[in-house]
Amino acid sequence: MASGSATEYVKHHLQHLTVGEGFWTLHIDTLVVSWLLGLLFFGLFYSVARRANADAPTGFQTFVETCVEFIDNQVSESFHGPKDFVAPLALTIFVWVLFWNLMDLIPVDLFPEIGMALGIEYLRILPSADMNATFGLSLTVFFLIIIYSIKGKGAKGFGKELFCHPFGSHPALWPANLMLNIVELIAKPVSLGMRLFGNLYAAEIIFILIALLPFWAQWIPGVAWAIFHILVIPLQAFIFMVLTVVYLSLAYEDHG
Amino acid sequence: MGINATLFGQMITFLVFILFTMKFVWPPIKQAMDEREKRIADGLASAERSQHELELAKERAAEHIREAKAQAGDIIEKANRQGAAIVDEARTEARAVGEREQAAAQARIEQEIGQAKAQLRQEVSDLAILGASRILEREVDAKAHQQMLDELAEQV
Repeated sequence: MASGSATEYVKHHLQHLTVGEGFWTLHIDTLVVSWLLGLLFFGLFYSVARRANADAPTGFQTFVETCVEFIDNQVSESFHGPKDFVAPLALTIFVWVLFWNLMDLIPVDLFPEIGMALGIEYLRILPSADMNATFGLSLTVFFLIIIYSIKGKGAKGFGKELFCHPFGSHPALWPANLMLNIVELIAKPVSLGMRLFGNLYAAEIIFILIALLPFWAQWIPGVAWAIFHILVIPLQAFIFMVLTVVYLSLAYEDHG
Repeated sequence: MGINATLFGQMITFLVFILFTMKFVWPPIKQAMDEREKRIADGLASAERSQHELELAKERAAEHIREAKAQAGDIIEKANRQGAAIVDEARTEARAVGEREQAAAQARIEQEIGQAKAQLRQEVSDLAILGASRILEREVDAKAHQQMLDELAEQV
């Protein structure tokens, strides 16, 4: 346990390594860790993609193909437009978020201690417990929803849906329709980002609290929480991916 | 804590990774998988086709064998018939030849018997004349008694 009171310990573990002031602050730890994990994902999959062939798959190729097939099935079930973009998007989300979440299983003191030894004061390696990371994904998805709405229904169709959809097309109802649609649109990225952030942030806090226990008692709740978390980690990645595909599918298809 | 410019960094990173995945990762893997799927499906289809062809060939072979057996039976039967006919013919001919030869031999024997009888008759008549002339101590006039002698010879 680090020196100082428990409050200070928890506070320290929830502090990002930052550069800049005010809004223009950058969380260096979140950015670097997510870049590294993204590069890990891309490197692993690209190494398979480069020598992918139709012969019997071996070793790691089997795993990668299982992932690709799984994502492809999910996307095919929910999304009925062209999949050239949506399927790679879903794969990126799933594997990247999965890798992010896996950082939660690394002992909470390991990287902060290493950071301390290297002279880095704060180091949080769990990108999914940083709202900037999760909202970075969900806001991108939000813009994609708008793009796909316009692509699928045309600007006019999208506008018509915004103004006329739930209640009817009478001009007196336009404000109510628009309000409701805007709430609905905004709720999507907010719920996506909040869900992932909330789950992983809570998990991280619990791991930090467990780390406050005496060393001989840590393993019981630690093991229990980690095992439970093995379920949560892929589940949250999966939920984020599936909801993204479903939102894009709703946006793309004309159901007015 | 809180939202700040890290958000933009994450969004840009996210977009870059999506584009990389879309360009370099997804298409080759998907293509390889689709190709394999197609290859397996083709393999199964061709296996089924071969199976079907094998069954057809088996049927055809059985048909051929049946025909060949029938033909062979016909040929054997015909050969048997022909053989029997040849044997019959040979037998008939042999019998005819035998009968002809027997008849010829019979004729020759009868002829020879006739000759022997005639000779015997001649000798008997000569002996009778000789005996009679001895008894009568004189020459019997053969010409005068020719008719009687002939009658005698006839009775021998």
